[in-house]
Amino acid sequence: MKYGKPNIQPLGEQAILLTWDEIIDENLLYFLLEIKQKILNHYSKVKVEVVNTYNSLLINYGFTINNIYDEISPLKKIVDDKIEFTSNSFCQFTLPVCYDDKFGIDLALLSEQNKLSISEIIQLHTQPNYTIYFTGFLPGFLYLGGLEKKLHISRKKSPRLNVEKGAVAIGEKQTGIYPQKSAGGWQIIGKCPVPIFDVNSKKPSPFQSGDKLRFESISLEEYQLVKEEVNAGKFQLKKELYER
Amino acid sequence: MSVKIIHPGLLTSIQDFGRNGYAKYGIPKSGVMDSYAAKIANLLVGNKQEDAVMEITMLGPILEFDKDALLFLVALKANVFLNDKNIELLKPFKVKSGDRLQIKQITSGVRLYLAISGGFQSELKLSSRSMYASVTNSSIIKKGDVIKTETYTGIKKLTNAQLKYDMEFYVTKTLEVYPGPEFEELSIDLKTKLLENTFHVSKNNSRMAYQLEETLENNLKPILTQPVLPGTVQFTPAGNIIILMRDAQTTGGYPRIFQLTKESINLLSQKRQGDKIEFTLKDY
Repeated sequence: MKYGKPNIQPLGEQAILLTWDEIIDENLLYFLLEIKQKILNHYSKVKVEVVNTYNSLLINYGFTINNIYDEISPLKKIVDDKIEFTSNSFCQFTLPVCYDDKFGIDLALLSEQNKLSISEIIQLHTQPNYTIYFTGFLPGFLYLGGLEKKLHISRKKSPRLNVEKGAVAIGEKQTGIYPQKSAGGWQIIGKCPVPIFDVNSKKPSPFQSGDKLRFESISLEEYQLVKEEVNAGKFQLKKELYER
Repeated sequence: MSVKIIHPGLLTSIQDFGRNGYAKYGIPKSGVMDSYAAKIANLLVGNKQEDAVMEITMLGPILEFDKDALLFLVALKANVFLNDKNIELLKPFKVKSGDRLQIKQITSGVRLYLAISGGFQSELKLSSRSMYASVTNSSIIKKGDVIKTETYTGIKKLTNAQLKYDMEFYVTKTLEVYPGPEFEELSIDLKTKLLENTFHVSKNNSRMAYQLEETLENNLKPILTQPVLPGTVQFTPAGNIIILMRDAQTTGGYPRIFQLTKESINLLSQKRQGDKIEFTLKDY
């Protein structure tokens, strides 16, 4: 099998962790999501939660596991079975981002350090179709894969205490959107007027592991318009289903 | 029936047993830090063990009641007054309309649990009442807040009246831990130090994490961002030992050297700055 066998071990009395080799790879992600579905099918009668990161799955039972080894053996079988890729539906999202220097407070620094014009930065940042690997760090914070190498930049030496909600930023090889006001050390290049995490919604975030995300550059005027639409509850997030 | 917050105290919040099933959104589990103490408090006012209680930290609040209620307080040691009368911990007591309860100081341990008949009916967000900053309106209760509870209709038959809060449980400095996912990557020397040295709780201790005072030279390479849980012990490149607690984030990039047993999480949540900590390894 391409990704080998995972290491399967308990993590406390209520969870089991499956870890594959440490790589960031889109195909590994979709492989993990297949395994995740098989695990959920296996536990159809008990409500377990399965979350993924780049190369692991954590099964959270929410109760103390009686005999950990009784749980591990069916899991071994699940990961050993040949995975037949079923076609799965994912979502393609597009989020508007305003790269005006009013919001992109580190654009000048990125431009100078990476020897790129502002329009080249915007072009490079809006070009890829990013992969949503998982959510972590903060509620609603998406771990995205696919940032252009030319845009890689180190974090701030000391983090800002107040990064605004919606700030779009780059830290090392990753890019992301701050779902809420927080401290943060990434270099800020723009702002997204659409909230990406809403705790009052039954589904606090529309994004799931395996979905795709594009950024679309908008002007300051368009930013204000979208903001007004959002406030009036009229904004429609651009979203298309796609099969994989 | 409701409880009015006359003074909020240092760090007081409403907590139940936390949110299950929201890690995929990066939402922490939250919930009572010491689930053993909270469970006892609930059962002894006739509640379900996971009902929402008030978690009170070090310096407590002043509360005013608008109707009769039955209360039960669990802590190691604390000074508590109902109006001007001293109240004993670990004994159910009634309050009447207009009564004021003042929880002055927690003199042993860190957290006191106040259970009220019917449980606190504060805002329910994502199937839990546990307060957490980006999920509920606030992470702590504030002056002037009014928290709803159920009207008290007389003592239900307490089937758990025999339950005892075993304070001996908290006497030890030893935290039982399972080996974490990166434990085997530690050198023998580091394993020995981690399992034989005595550590101290630093001033950086909160509902999110407890950092220990001592550092050890770390030879582990950083890891890709991985899942973590309450009770996961992280070992940072600077050599700090960080024990994640109930409000911990759902993923982390530091090697996970231990995982606390569920009892040890309860035990640690009653340790304060300067308290001694030792780790002892346990098998699954």
